[in-house]
Amino acid sequence: MAAAFRRDAPPQPDFSLLKRLARDQLIFLLEQLPGKKDLFIDADLMSPLDRIANVSTLKQHEVDKLYKVEHKAVVSSSDKAVGRVRRYKIIFTPQKFFACEAILEEHGAFGDVSCDQWDFHLLPVDDDIISLELPEFFTDTFLAGDQRWVRTVGSALHLLHSLFGPFSKVYGIGRIAKMVYESFRIQLQTEETRTRGDAQIGNVFIIDRDVDLVTPLCSQVVYEGLVDDIFRIKCGCVEFSPDVTSSEKSVKVMLNSQDKVFNEIRNEHFSNVFGFLSQKARTLQTAYDRRRGMDIKQMKTFVSEELKGLKQEHRLLSLHIGASEAMMKRKTKQDFQEMLRTEHSLLEGFEIRECINFIEEHINRQVSVLESLRLLCLLYGFEHLLTFSSLRTLGLIQEQQTTETLSAVETRVRLTAGRLTEAFSSLAKKSNFRALSRRLNLVPKSEDYDLRVPKDMSYVFSGAYVPLSCRLIEQVLDREGWSGLEEVTRLLNRHEFSVTGKLSTNQNSQRRVLVLFLGGCTFSEIAALRFLARERDCLNKPILFLTTAITNSSRLLESLVQNKV
Amino acid sequence: MHRSKGEEEDYWNSSQFKAFTFDDDEDDFTKLRESRLAVNSIKLTDDDEDDVEKVNWSGEPVGSISWLVGETSALSNQKTDFPKVSSESSLNKSGSGLSLSSWSKPSSRLFAPELRRPRADYKDIVGDLSPEEMVQRLQQGKVSSVGMERFRSLQDKMLLLDFAVNGNDGNAITAVLIFLKRTLSKEVLFRELESRQTALRHFIHFLTETHEQRLLLDLLRYDENKKRDFLKSCISLPFSLEDAALVQDHFTLLERQIIIEVSASYHRGETQTLSDSYEIRGINWGHDVDQKIILRA
Repeated sequence: MAAAFRRDAPPQPDFSLLKRLARDQLIFLLEQLPGKKDLFIDADLMSPLDRIANVSTLKQHEVDKLYKVEHKAVVSSSDKAVGRVRRYKIIFTPQKFFACEAILEEHGAFGDVSCDQWDFHLLPVDDDIISLELPEFFTDTFLAGDQRWVRTVGSALHLLHSLFGPFSKVYGIGRIAKMVYESFRIQLQTEETRTRGDAQIGNVFIIDRDVDLVTPLCSQVVYEGLVDDIFRIKCGCVEFSPDVTSSEKSVKVMLNSQDKVFNEIRNEHFSNVFGFLSQKARTLQTAYDRRRGMDIKQMKTFVSEELKGLKQEHRLLSLHIGASEAMMKRKTKQDFQEMLRTEHSLLEGFEIRECINFIEEHINRQVSVLESLRLLCLLYGFEHLLTFSSLRTLGLIQEQQTTETLSAVETRVRLTAGRLTEAFSSLAKKSNFRALSRRLNLVPKSEDYDLRVPKDMSYVFSGAYVPLSCRLIEQVLDREGWSGLEEVTRLLNRHEFSVTGKLSTNQNSQRRVLVLFLGGCTFSEIAALRFLARERDCLNKPILFLTTAITNSSRLLESLVQNKV
Repeated sequence: MHRSKGEEEDYWNSSQFKAFTFDDDEDDFTKLRESRLAVNSIKLTDDDEDDVEKVNWSGEPVGSISWLVGETSALSNQKTDFPKVSSESSLNKSGSGLSLSSWSKPSSRLFAPELRRPRADYKDIVGDLSPEEMVQRLQQGKVSSVGMERFRSLQDKMLLLDFAVNGNDGNAITAVLIFLKRTLSKEVLFRELESRQTALRHFIHFLTETHEQRLLLDLLRYDENKKRDFLKSCISLPFSLEDAALVQDHFTLLERQIIIEVSASYHRGETQTLSDSYEIRGINWGHDVDQKIILRA
């Protein structure tokens, strides 16, 4: 279960470096306004800021009060002094846009504030995951067509290259992937680039989210994915409600490799999780029972060394058992089995009629608009739903309001679904996905798939489907390029590339692969690629994940529904 | 967390819990239940300190800028050179792989095809920058967007825009568009944007974000009438029965959308009378538009 790598694998890159850099720069900016100051923080920035600088650090640099940015006036206590002139500084992160300055200018505020950019690009969320914390990347880039973040990501890549590179090869696929690579390349040339030379990252793979929109729409069944789908993990942290914690209050937990229980089950298929948890509970009981036979001296050792660890484990175990129960409860309510069957059929392309029936019934029962949308997307393709901007204008955007409105919305969705079924049944057949699936063998043929001993990446979807993105990455890394994949790239509208840096050495075997997802990455894909890294001899070291954000079907569809373009 | 056995049973019996498994056998659920019981029955605390254990990132010393500076001086000065990659889809090329290509060249436009290595910064006097160099500065964030004022001819302005678009940096593209919005009339700007899809998308996004409904409506109106005319011509084409119904639907939906937006703009006070709004939009009455909607609006 736990990752086991060869002894001579290089040590873990030190990501705390990234946090220190970010913090140092923030402090530098804060100190440009000496004296007591109040800090107003954008809501989305609070979690990331928390990870790199805590309140005491801020207080050390004369930050007096912390506020959330809201549309209301605030009276500051630092104002009490008579005759003091207030100074303002706006810190934009990770990027200061010209548009922002233009707006300030238009509102007559430009002369009253100083504007700075805080290069807080990279937030390590775990040992092998770095997030750019840009959930808006997907909407801005793929829905609105705004390329404002291209340079931001290019800079992030550039930073990683100088700290943990130099990179030897860069592979990629996607229009935006190319742009990001170009930005990285130009920054390499025009800026003073120095590398530490410890070369922990060798090859890089950049992929656009819209190369594979099917995978994020699938229900997740690996533990970490399920936790995200049901409880929403934010910046590596999740909040469990009282019914999970079996206590009066909710608990916030950091989910990463430091949580020993979580680390063992995170990539596992849900069906394996119970077995593991029960075994763990038994082990814990045994370890704790040992104290019965101890004398004073042994007891003292036990208390000072082991007790804390056991308590910790006990606490974590309870939480995860509670979470698993809550998951089961929720899934039962939503007819999860049936849903999964429908999804798998959609992916395979069989029994479409039954699938459509299920979807229509699902819409009629008004269980969840987002879920219905999700299935429609799987049926017809995300792109097709995008062209129905009228759907959005007419009513879906009112999704969060009163039940009255909701039923009107549901009615429209039903009507539209009915029409779609009639008018577009041909589209489903023409979809490129079928051909890709055949070419890349995304739907394993074997009937009996033992989830306890997974033999390929499809285990992350119960053996029904290998994520397209992961398969592409696997193939390109295996072949060290795109040769032999011409058919596949043609179906994906090309935009693939493969380049080698001049400083490429053959020392590649010791270096990690960095995979960059532009537009979001799901935990299922992470689990699948972690599996790949363990299984493949030529990789034989952990893959590093860099993503603009963690995503799942809910977030993806919410961005579609809320998109105000 | 300390429950008696009796309470446990009550809990299990009272919850509206249905057993659920993937494999249709009781084992998984039973396992979970057992582990739940096991865990809850472990009475761990004799000494009941309130352990508010925070699961935290491991603490680390506050770094300092001087540390970073020290590190930097020890670095090796390697410059990794990476080749360019064509921005076009490789459908136009014979196979993928390393490619040292020039920027894509729209045939009807006149601008420098090659992006040369940027010259040294001795050309810092903004007044000497060419459009190409201006855009480079914008991309690097090195210069205020005000420096574009000196580009007064339409040709120069379009050069700025085209170089920005080719550079793929949305921030620079938007900066140029802000400048153009300020120094060009709507008609001229919209006309130029018509053939520049990428710039158009950035412009629309900018207007949306700055809530400039008026200009956005103007732009969409400019665009939508064309879309609608195109669709109208499509209807008359010989489609299969299904597809024709679809096109008709799309057209009707579009018309309705126009009407809704128009009445919305009226209610927002952007036009004086309703009929004014409709006239401006050039709505054609003699069509299969739902009369009821008009009356209601």
